[in-house]
Parts: sequence; C-alpha cells; structure tokens
Amino acid sequence: MVSVKAVLEGDRRELARLLTLVENDEPKGRAALNELYPHTGKAHLVGITGAPGTGKSSFTNQLARVYRNPAGETAPQRVAIVAVDPSSPFTGGALLGDRVRMKDHSGDPGVFIRSMASRGAVGGIARATTAVTQVLDAAGYEAILVETVGAGQSEVEIARLAHTTIVVEAPGMGDDIQAIKAGILEIADILVVNKADLPGAEKTEQVLRTSLHMGAGTRGPALPSGEVWTPTVLKVQSLNPVGINEAYDLIQDHRGYLQRTGEWQRRDRERLDSELEDLLKAELFRRWVDVKSEINWQAALDALYARERSPYQTVEILLKQSSDHS
Amino acid sequence: MPEPKIRILIAKPGLDGHDRGAKVVARALRDAGMEVIYTGLRQTPEMVAEAALQEDVDAVGLSILSGAHMGLVPKIMELLKQNGMDGVHVFLGGIIPDEDVPALTACGVDAVYGPGTSTEKIVADVRAACLAGAN
Repeated sequence: MVSVKAVLEGDRRELARLLTLVENDEPKGRAALNELYPHTGKAHLVGITGAPGTGKSSFTNQLARVYRNPAGETAPQRVAIVAVDPSSPFTGGALLGDRVRMKDHSGDPGVFIRSMASRGAVGGIARATTAVTQVLDAAGYEAILVETVGAGQSEVEIARLAHTTIVVEAPGMGDDIQAIKAGILEIADILVVNKADLPGAEKTEQVLRTSLHMGAGTRGPALPSGEVWTPTVLKVQSLNPVGINEAYDLIQDHRGYLQRTGEWQRRDRERLDSELEDLLKAELFRRWVDVKSEINWQAALDALYARERSPYQTVEILLKQSSDHS
Repeated sequence: MPEPKIRILIAKPGLDGHDRGAKVVARALRDAGMEVIYTGLRQTPEMVAEAALQEDVDAVGLSILSGAHMGLVPKIMELLKQNGMDGVHVFLGGIIPDEDVPALTACGVDAVYGPGTSTEKIVADVRAACLAGAN
C-alpha cells in the first residue's frame, strides 16, 4: 500500500509508486488522489508542445536547469517533468526516449522526471496525465513541465491542462499558410523558435510574428481588467544554450498575468469542469455497460454490420432497451 | 482484467558508445507491448538507479560492452537496493565473459545475454519475470 503521508513528506520512492497506480487507474490510486486533492492547486503547470523533432525535450531540460538556478535573488523552485511519448496503436508498446535529453538533473533531488506513454489518447497527452500532475502538485513540486507527444496540428489537449502553454517550433517547418491554420499555434502563450542557430530561424520567427499580429485581439473575450496577454515569439538554442533565461522570465511574466487578472482561477475551474465531465462520461458509460447483459447486444451489432440499421439508430435501440430494463 | 503494463528501463552505463544492441532490444520489447524507457549513452550507476526509481520500472536492462561490468553492475545493484527497489528485475547484455556470470547472478542479476541471443528469448524472460512478481 502506498503511503500518502510519505508522498506529502517528499518520499520519492513512494511518489513513483503512486504515479504508477494513478497511471493505471487502480482503485488504490484513486483513493490516494482523493486524499491528496486538498493539497493540489498550487503548482504552475507549464505545457510544452510542438512537432516531433523541434527539440521539446532539450528545451524542457534547459528550462528545468533555470528553474533550479534562476538568475539574481529568485529562489530555486522544485520542478517535476512529465514527458509523454506515443504508444503503438498496434501493440500498445512505447519507446519513451525523452530522458535521453534530460541528463543534466541527475543527483538533484529538486527535479523529478517521469515518462508516460500516451496509451491510446490522441490529444497529445495521456488520459492519466492530469491525475499525474495532481500527485506531483500535492507532493510539493512548484513547477510542473508537461512535455506532450510530438504534436501536429490538432493535439491541443495540453492547453486545457496547463496554465501556460509553450509551442516549440524549429526553422524550416512550414510556410506562412501553416502559420495561419487553426490549431496548435492558437494555443501558444509563448512561442519558441528552437535551434535558432540553424538557417531559416529569422524567417520562421518573422512568419510566426506576422501570424500572431494578424490574429491580435481575436483571442477570446477581453478580460474584465482590460489586460491582454500577447503571445511572444522568442528565439532560443537548447544545446548551447541561448535565450533560456528569457524564456523562463516570460513564463514567470505569464504566471503573474494569470494571477493578476483572475485568469489563473478561471483556467483552473475550466480544467476541473472538463475533468469532471470526462470522469462522469466514463463512469456513466461503465455503469451502462454493466447493464448491457440485459439487452440484446449481439442482435444490435448484427443489424449494424448488415447495414440494416445505422449507428445512430443502433444507439437509439440500445438506449431504449437499457432504459426498459432499469 | 488486461495484463498489467510492463515498464522497463534500458540503460547504457559506462563509457562505450555502442548502443545498437540496446536499441534493438528496446525496439523488440516495445513491439512486444512493453513501455520502454530509454536513457541513452554514458550513464553513471547513480543515473541508472535514479531513473529506475523515478520511472518505477518493473525491470532494468543494462547493456555494457566496455568490459567494466564487474565494476558497474554491483554498484547499480547496491544503489537500487538503497532506493528500496530490491524487487526490480535486472537483465544484462553485452560482452560478458562466461566466468563473470556466476558472480553477476550472485549479486542479483536475473540473466546475462551474450551476442547472438534472440530478442524473442529476452522478451519472454522479461515478461515471465515481471508478471510473476505482479500477482
């Protein structure tokens, strides 16, 4: 049995074991989450997303380094990194390789890195990623960096989870039409052009700036305070490293903005709303499946396969049968 | 209840830079449905033990071709134990002389695989060891 008390007191072994239970959605994990919930809501959740190969892991690694060694008088923060990589749709297996870029933190008890497989979720993070961040939050990590799977255009789940979303781009990843398509660029609070030493970095930066400029003022309703966050484009290099302190400062600026304007609370509630909705849907479906032995499931499927009834009609029939039995 | 997900760390401790074998094994374990955490080259024993702890893996696969296994492996075993991970299964692959194998298994290594071992055997061994402990 995992000790919630030990997790709250900073026991890393117990924390790691609890994360496994939570990731597998085991009853013991749920029980622990219930106990930990009052301790959550403190951490700054920072999402890091972008296409495969843009350098998300290397950037995350460098960012964590600045959290541990901030410039000036700022106190170091404890950082957790949750790095998500895709699961195979065929075997369920996964190769989680983000740690390869995150070797700089070995021996630092203020950094905790956990790899997660997406396990069939398609939004860029795993279904259990939210719960995993809650455990890390309760365990006292002040900043939680969530690195998504290599994301294309529509893996935008991270924006629901994170307070601050960073989209990492690299030079040569597409023209100005790509930049005005809907999707991943819209969710960016901060846009990072990584590998800025490569040719084409200026062009990429310029295209992104133009795209942001075109969309200025169209991002959601104005806040009561009238204050608006304008996403910034920042060139960085994660291997050398260059520009990482500036990225860190921007993240802190964004956090300040969220807290000043009430956006922090609004996003927190929005996240909890959608989490509750997801859980409720899953639970209702599970309970409904429990009663489905009462209904003629196979006959409904046969009619569907034979093109006698459409999926819509099948749903109607199944729901009617189950309500007759309840 | 589906089979519990097996999580395994594949690590290359020491200074040799040949990770082809580690990658082939990692790929085979992935294709067998496991979640494989790959750490990359030149890991110290401390880095391996810490990654195993944070990732809460069921097994650790070590690949060593430098000849330093008699120094590295006992150190890793000791650190795993210090971290409270006595239950984790450890597999070793690489260039390991036969006469070293008894000492390595005595310090807790589940199995040692030399060149030519089939990936099917490794997958089967890892699965058997991890699932035996799970229930």
